[in-house]
Amino acid sequence: MLKVAVLKRLGSFTLRAQFEAPTPGVVALFGRSGSGKTTTVNILAGLLAPDAGRVELNGSVLEDTATGMRIAAERRCIGYVFQEPRLFPHLSVLGNLQYGQKRAAPAAQPIELERVVALLGLKPLLRRRPHQLSGGERQRASLGRALLSQPRLLLLDEPLASLDVARREEVLPYLELLRDSLSIPMVYVSHQLDEVLRLATYVVLLEGGRVAGQGTVNEISLLPPLRSLVGPDAVGAVVDGQVTRFDGTQRMAELQVGRGKLHVSVREVTAGTRVRVHLLARDIILGLQEPKGLSVRNALQGTIVELLDDDHETVLVKVDIGAATIVLARITRSAAVELALRPGMSIWVLVKAVSTRGHAFRLSGASGDS
Amino acid sequence: MHEILSPAEWEALRLSLEVALCSALFSLPWALLIAWVLSRGRFPGRSVLDAFVHLPLVLPPVAVGYVLLLLFGNRGPLGGWLHAHFGVQLAFTTAGAALATAVMSFPLMVRSIRISLESIDRGFEEAAQTLGAGPLDRFCTITLPLMLPGVIAGAVTAFAAGLGEFGAVITFAANVPGETRTIPLALYTAIQSPTGDAQALRLAILSFALGLLGLMLAEVLARGVRRKLGR
Repeated sequence: MLKVAVLKRLGSFTLRAQFEAPTPGVVALFGRSGSGKTTTVNILAGLLAPDAGRVELNGSVLEDTATGMRIAAERRCIGYVFQEPRLFPHLSVLGNLQYGQKRAAPAAQPIELERVVALLGLKPLLRRRPHQLSGGERQRASLGRALLSQPRLLLLDEPLASLDVARREEVLPYLELLRDSLSIPMVYVSHQLDEVLRLATYVVLLEGGRVAGQGTVNEISLLPPLRSLVGPDAVGAVVDGQVTRFDGTQRMAELQVGRGKLHVSVREVTAGTRVRVHLLARDIILGLQEPKGLSVRNALQGTIVELLDDDHETVLVKVDIGAATIVLARITRSAAVELALRPGMSIWVLVKAVSTRGHAFRLSGASGDS
Repeated sequence: MHEILSPAEWEALRLSLEVALCSALFSLPWALLIAWVLSRGRFPGRSVLDAFVHLPLVLPPVAVGYVLLLLFGNRGPLGGWLHAHFGVQLAFTTAGAALATAVMSFPLMVRSIRISLESIDRGFEEAAQTLGAGPLDRFCTITLPLMLPGVIAGAVTAFAAGLGEFGAVITFAANVPGETRTIPLALYTAIQSPTGDAQALRLAILSFALGLLGLMLAEVLARGVRRKLGR
């Protein structure tokens, strides 16, 4: 468990961050620039002292202003991947990797240099200087350097922000690989929804220096404050499903989602893999009876939890589809009145299969395929 | 080869090199410390210290030499103490000439080191800190290597400037042949002598050549280090 409750004033900005996130896993700090994300990770790293508060990681206190307890940044064993790679220009890539390794506290199961080099594809870069690397290569080397310091927690402050889209796609799979193959808890700072959806297991939503919401990705995707952050079109529940069947010729996977089944077009997956899908609220249709004779293939039965105001013409309907999974549907106010929708009502949720394409991400190698 | 310069001129050249080298080597650690304090320190009186360090740039060198004479002369508070406890005499000696030169070229060295220190992205030090490096470790393995171009440039510039220091040296250490008569002092002596024209010209050319060489060396060394750093 990562427990954070800190207060920090910086000029006219005040950060009041309080959250508890499960470890291991990837905690995403999600919010606009200026919402206090970097300030929060700097406090976790020990580079910035909070005015008041407490930071606790897996039962050990890193900082507590009430008792005056404070572990210096260099003794926290917290890896930090900065927005700019910050590789030491006077050292080779190998020298950079070894810098943290040499200074690491002895670990029971140390992460070996060979493993990191293989994991991040750094072998051809070892002898090079940072200025001879591309942006993506630099960020991979910087990741490797942080990992080799044998961190108890890995902080990633928008590690992809300084990269263009192509380079981002080059580094993202490595981050997924790290999440799935190492059990190091990570804090991932981002203002990109797609990165958060791909990587996070837990999300802390920051707004103007305050925590506007926190929870699993599914929980957070249902929160009203997200609308202003991602725009009305990106509002929708993010749900994790387990692959029950994969049709290789049509590249369609059948997912167990809630109590029902969802058909999603994805790249190669194997049965048992968990896949995360973003079900956009605008792409969901509600029906009172079981649909027949429609082109829509995905129909799930559920119960209405509540109706939320969206804008003056539409409402958002939260529907429980079983197994603690909730989806969001955006419908017009007049439709809601006509169908007399109310909490507790049984309802059919229709999802256009196409709407999930491009939003399906592999979550973890449950079947060991990574 | 030896005919180019007279024995007295060779002596002046040797003395100039010795004085400049000693002064540069002696100043270096202090200049590093002061540059660090001035650029990173936050304490009352920082601007006073800053002004004090730069004073030799604007004071008449003779005044600096005179102050040194008052402090480090055999009857001065510091000079007397050094003589009583260590048997060291600074006034009218080569060591004294080096001290006077060091004081005069100190601001040049501090300036160059400070500029390179302030140009270092603090992010590198933060990164080193999260990788487990303590303050001294960070300074030795990150800060110092990154500011090396400025340190080298500062040291060589101070050395080159030290070759030509006149006013403070002649005031504090006097014009003793073989002891404190460096090239500029020998040049001055030659100009004063009715038959010294040819000698004065040779020494002037020598000063010119040494100065040029020193400045070029500073640039070449700094560029070499910068290339190693990939900038």
